[in-house]
Amino acid sequence: MTENTAQTDLQLDNFEEKVANDQRIEPKDWMPDAFRKTVLRQMSQHAHSEVIGMQPEGNWITRAPTLYRKVVLLAKIQDEGGHGLYLYSAAETLGCSREEMVQALHDGKAKYASIFNYPSLTWADIGMIGWLVDGAAIVNQVSLQRTSYGPYSRAMIRICKEESFHQRQGYEATMVLARGSAEQKAMAQDALNRWWWPSLMMFGPHDSDSAHSGQSMKWKLKRESNDVLRQRFVDQTVPQAEFIGLKIPDKNLKWNEERGQYDFGTINWDEFMQVVSGNGPCNRQRLQHHIQAQQDGQWVRDAMHAYELKRQTREVA
Amino acid sequence: MNPPSTTALLDTPLLNYCIALGDDSLTLGHRLSEWCRNGPFLEEDLALTNVSLDFIGRARLFYSYAAKLEGKGRDEDDIAYLRDCREYRNFLINELPNGDFAVTMARQLIVDVYDMGFFSALTQSQDPTLAAIAAKAIKESRYHLRRSEEWIKRLGDGTEESHERAQNAFDQLWGYVPEMFEMSDVELQLVEAGMAVDRSALKANWESTMQLILKQATLDVPNENWAIGGGRDGIHTEHLGYLLAEMQFLQRTYPGQQW
Repeated sequence: MTENTAQTDLQLDNFEEKVANDQRIEPKDWMPDAFRKTVLRQMSQHAHSEVIGMQPEGNWITRAPTLYRKVVLLAKIQDEGGHGLYLYSAAETLGCSREEMVQALHDGKAKYASIFNYPSLTWADIGMIGWLVDGAAIVNQVSLQRTSYGPYSRAMIRICKEESFHQRQGYEATMVLARGSAEQKAMAQDALNRWWWPSLMMFGPHDSDSAHSGQSMKWKLKRESNDVLRQRFVDQTVPQAEFIGLKIPDKNLKWNEERGQYDFGTINWDEFMQVVSGNGPCNRQRLQHHIQAQQDGQWVRDAMHAYELKRQTREVA
Repeated sequence: MNPPSTTALLDTPLLNYCIALGDDSLTLGHRLSEWCRNGPFLEEDLALTNVSLDFIGRARLFYSYAAKLEGKGRDEDDIAYLRDCREYRNFLINELPNGDFAVTMARQLIVDVYDMGFFSALTQSQDPTLAAIAAKAIKESRYHLRRSEEWIKRLGDGTEESHERAQNAFDQLWGYVPEMFEMSDVELQLVEAGMAVDRSALKANWESTMQLILKQATLDVPNENWAIGGGRDGIHTEHLGYLLAEMQFLQRTYPGQQW
């Protein structure tokens, strides 16, 4: 055994002991390359999701029905962008720059939450994104507050606070529609019909089919399985729908007394795979929009850097 | 309940004044909100959204006060969403499309320098509500101006391309400035009563501040002599109709609903 491998073995033991004792792995700690790669993939994907998620919601800023709804929506999207910034910074602790992460997104190497590849067609979709999409995200993120990578865990604690506010305002906006005119109620029901199943897909494939789950659970990056989290989301959301008189679009949905949980129908995994692989309704549009904004802003960023250089030169002189 | 006609509402000078100030804020806030998810980088995206929120917030304060003055059960949304182009009273510069980032920032500088003068004078209004709104607005404008001034310097003294874009932006916008300093007879009555600001008195300060900033930004003060006005009389550019069509779509399609 060489000295180097002996050292690595020791480091690996230390790492595993920390994970086993529920201690956080911090940026300066030694970590296996595969762990670093996995956290980076997950965090950059999360950051991209926050930023791409600004698009379907941003689609309704100029058409928000009241000034109050407009400022709430703007502030919410601003929060999401802020989460993106925070997560990019946290992910940079793993030795990858934001520019590199964004490039990977543009090259199609990094993903973002597939849910944002569906179009926001009516005002009710904005409520639905808050209620269901942020609702599903919170279930996942509450679990991730205990993830083993320190910066990610702390980001989740902070982000969850804002997300739960978003979820409540989305539900409240939906409630107003559900209790409004027949047309408004139909608008809300239609939005629920379209967003329900994609929301369930947000938790990823079944545990038995999930490519990354096993190792991530072992590393305590992931604390609970896809199916457990999905079930929790269904159980908390069904009564909320009932309370405001909307119907979950699943004829197989029913309370299972024995399990103390809801049984629900089969997710269309073909659709899931289509969207994940880039062929959803808005995949191309979302990516193109992000690339376009980046290109349009190039001359602004160039000007900023040129000015900064001149300023520094002047200070030296 | 049928709201009273907007013509009646605009007949009252102070109402008219509040609504015009609200319209300035809302149209510019709307334009700035269009940058959300389109900014040149994420931090700037968030900053532009912040500024947009400030302007929409001001509009809400002015409209709510107008609704209260009127006392006929109308609210901020009735005023924002149920008036057509000819009933809007904003300065034209606020409704112009964003153009590129240079046009947006040049407009912002023009407005921010103006707002600093205007709201600081309005804090002296005999009307306590207007004075209070102005006191809040001036704090925001101080931050807005810091941003727009910095940006114009960066763009003007950045690259050749950014310099050219910034210069073009001011050239394009310059003719929309004069109306910001032109007073109507009705407004002069409000000035007499100690309620409103004499905008014509703000012009000299505005000009000297702009000259200073543009010089530092290595930009020329446009010397073309053109002026397009009419905003305070409801004579707008063709752009406002589209802005309102988009903004008012839900209220117009589903009238009288709660949202």
